[in-house]
Amino acid sequence: MDLAYSAEYDDFRSEVQQFLKEHGHKSPKGRMGWGKTDDEGRSWQQLLIEHGYAARTIPKEYGGYGAEADVLKNHIIAEEFVKAKARPGHSGDPRLVPTLLELGTEAQKKAYIGPTISGEMTWCQGYSEPGSGSDLASLSTKAVLEGDEWVINGQKIWTSGAQYADMIFCLVRTEPDAPKHQGISYLVFKMDTPGIEVRPLVTMTGEAIFNETFYTDVRVPKDQIIGARGEGWFVANATLKHERGSLGDPNQLETRFGALVKMLKSEKIDGKPLIKYPAYRDRLLQLQARVLSMKCNGMRILSASIKDQEPGLCRWIVKLLGCELNHQMAALAIDAMGELGVLYEDSPYLRDYGMWQRNYMLDLGLIIGGGTAQIQKNMIGERALGLPKEPKYKD
Amino acid sequence: MEFALSEEQRLLQDSVTRYLESQCTLDHVRAAVENEVTKHTEVWNGLSDMGIHGIIIPEDFGGVGLGFLEAALIAEALGRTVAPVPFIASCVMAPVAILAAGNASQKDIWLPKIASGETVFGVGVSEQVGRRETNGIQFSDGKLTGKAMFVLEGMSADMLIIADDKGVMHIVDANAKGVTRRNLKTIDKTRAVAEVVLENAAADTLSGSQNNTEALLKTIDTGRLMLAADTLGASEVMIEKAVAYAKERKQFNRVIGSFQAVKHMCAEMATELEPCRSLVWYAAHSVNHIPDESRLLACHAKAHLSEIGRFVAKTSTEVHGGMGFTDLLGLHYWFKRIGLDRQLLGAPELIREEAAVAQGW
Repeated sequence: MDLAYSAEYDDFRSEVQQFLKEHGHKSPKGRMGWGKTDDEGRSWQQLLIEHGYAARTIPKEYGGYGAEADVLKNHIIAEEFVKAKARPGHSGDPRLVPTLLELGTEAQKKAYIGPTISGEMTWCQGYSEPGSGSDLASLSTKAVLEGDEWVINGQKIWTSGAQYADMIFCLVRTEPDAPKHQGISYLVFKMDTPGIEVRPLVTMTGEAIFNETFYTDVRVPKDQIIGARGEGWFVANATLKHERGSLGDPNQLETRFGALVKMLKSEKIDGKPLIKYPAYRDRLLQLQARVLSMKCNGMRILSASIKDQEPGLCRWIVKLLGCELNHQMAALAIDAMGELGVLYEDSPYLRDYGMWQRNYMLDLGLIIGGGTAQIQKNMIGERALGLPKEPKYKD
Repeated sequence: MEFALSEEQRLLQDSVTRYLESQCTLDHVRAAVENEVTKHTEVWNGLSDMGIHGIIIPEDFGGVGLGFLEAALIAEALGRTVAPVPFIASCVMAPVAILAAGNASQKDIWLPKIASGETVFGVGVSEQVGRRETNGIQFSDGKLTGKAMFVLEGMSADMLIIADDKGVMHIVDANAKGVTRRNLKTIDKTRAVAEVVLENAAADTLSGSQNNTEALLKTIDTGRLMLAADTLGASEVMIEKAVAYAKERKQFNRVIGSFQAVKHMCAEMATELEPCRSLVWYAAHSVNHIPDESRLLACHAKAHLSEIGRFVAKTSTEVHGGMGFTDLLGLHYWFKRIGLDRQLLGAPELIREEAAVAQGW
C-alpha cells in the first residue's frame, strides 16, 4: 500500500491544476458529455484535446492528442476536473470509438473518429429491441444485402439521443440461418437516411430520455459495416464492456453523498436539522460506509489497471453495487424530506431542483439498464464464482 | 500509487493462512473448544514460532515491528479458520495500550513477554464503549474496585488491561488477590469473554491514559479493526463453503448452484463482501499512515463488516439448507464467530453514532 504519487505524477497534477486555473472559466456549465453539443461545448472540447485532457490516447492522425495510455494520468485528469467543477473532456462515444479503433478499417477510422471526438458528429446506439433485452443476441431487426446496399427493416428501443444524433451504430441480423450469436452484423449509418422514424419514449421521470426507432427499407452502403459479416456480436461485446465500466463510478457516489449530507444539515423539522434525527443519521452512516468501501474498491481497481492486471471480482461488482447505492442515497433524501420529498417539476418549495426524486427514478432505470441487476448476478455467479449456467430451455 | 498488498504482505498472508488451514482444522477447533483451551495449544505455539504474537510490537521489544495491515491479515486468517486463540486482545489491543500509554519499564517488562507468547493479556474496555450490567470500576490509591464485563480473553489471560470509569487503563495481574473471574458463556466458544470482579485489586496504571483518551481510543479502534478483519475472513469461508456446496449438492437432477435463486444468493454474498476487503485494508493502512482518518475508518470497518458478515452468515447457512443448521457440518462455528465479532466493542448502531459524532454531525 502506497497511496502517494511519484514526482512525475505530482508534476502532471500541477500541470492539470495550472491549466484549469487559467482556462477553467471557459468550461460550459453542466456535465454534458459526448452527446449533443453546442459551439461553446465544442470549443471547450477542442481546447482540451490540444492540451491532452480529452481524446488523450487517440492517435493524432484521427484527431486525438496521441499520448500513450496511462491509467493514472487519466485518473488525475478526472479528479482535478471534478474538483474544479469543470466539464470533463471526452473521447467521443465511449462505446463506439474504442470499437472503431480496434476493428474499424483505416477509411472508417479516418471518416468517423475525428468528427466524433470533436463533437461535430454525434451517435446513438441501436442494440436493444422490444423483444430482445437481456437476451440481446435474439435481436430480429434484419438487413438484407441488395446490390451495393444493406436494406434494413425492424425496430430498436432505448435509443438515447436518437432525436439529435447524426449517426447510429446498430446491430442487425444479416444471417437468419446462422446460430443467433453468429448471425449479427454491426452497421453504422446516418440518422437522416430515409426510412428512419424516431419516436420519443417518455420514462417515469416525465422526460423523453430515450426513443423508439423504426426502420423501414432503410438503405445503407454496403461498406458501412464494422468487422466482418456475421461477427457483429463480437464487435459489439467490446463496446458493452466499455459501457458497463462507467456506471457506478465512485467519484460520483462521493459527490452525491456530499449533497446528501448538505441537505440533511440544512433541512429541518421544527427547527431541528434532519441529520440530528437518529433514524436518518443511522441510515446516513450506513451509506457512508458503503461509499467509502466503494472508494477503496475503486482504488484497488485503479491500482490493478496501472499494473495491467485484471482486477477480477472487484470490477464485476461496481455496476451492481454502485447503482444500488446511488438509489439508496436518493431514497434517504426523499424519506428525510417527508412531504417535501415528493414535490416535483416546478412546484413551489421544491428542493435541489427536484433532483432527488428524479435521481431516485433515474437510478432505478440504471439498475435495470446496461445489464439488469439479475443479469449482473448471473455473470458474477457464473464467471467469478464458477457456478454452472441454467440448463437451456428446450422448446 | 499502489492500493494492493505488497509481495511481503502476500507471503505473510499465504504462510499464515496455509499454516492455519493445515493445523487449525475443524477437529482441532472442536477439541480446543471442548476443553476450553485457547492458549499454549499447538496452534498458538506454532503462531508464536512464526512471530505472530509480536506482529505489531517493535523489534526493540522482541517483536517483528510490522503494521496494522499485517495484523489485519493475521486476524483475517484466524477468522477464516475460526481459530481459538487470544490474538486480538493479547497481540493487538494490549500492545497498543502499553505502547501508547505505558512507561518505559512497563514496555520493557510486558512487550517482550507478549511477543514471546510467555504472557497472555486480556482486555476489559467494554464499559468505555457502553456500560451494561455494572456500576463501573473505581480507581483509588493504586487499587481497582468494581466489575468489568465482557473482558476479551479474560479467562485465558495471565494479565489484564482494565479501563476504569474515567477511561484510564491499568495493568492487573489476573491471578492476584482481589481479582475474581467468571466465564461468560457466549454463542461463540472459540473465544472466551469474562466477567472480572475487582476488590481492591492492585493496579499498575498506564499513566499515558490519564487526562488523555487517545490511547484508550486507539486501543478500542484497533480492536474493532481486528474484529472487522476477523469477520472478513470468517465471511470469506462461509461464501467459499456455500459456493462449493451449491456446485455439489443435487436436487431435481441439477446441482443447486444452477438455479438462479441459489446462484444469486452466492453472487450477492460475494458482491457485498468484495469491497469490504478494500475497506479493511484501507482502514488498517490508515492507522500507521493516515492517522487523521483512522478513527472514522475503524468505526466504519467494524460496523459495515458486522452488517455484511451477518448477511453472509445467514445467507450461507440458507444455501446449505438443512445441513447448514446441523452441528455435523460445523458451519455454525463461523456463523457464531461473526455473531460475537458483531457485538464486541460496540454493535453497529452504537459505533455509527460514534462515527457521526466524530465528524461533528
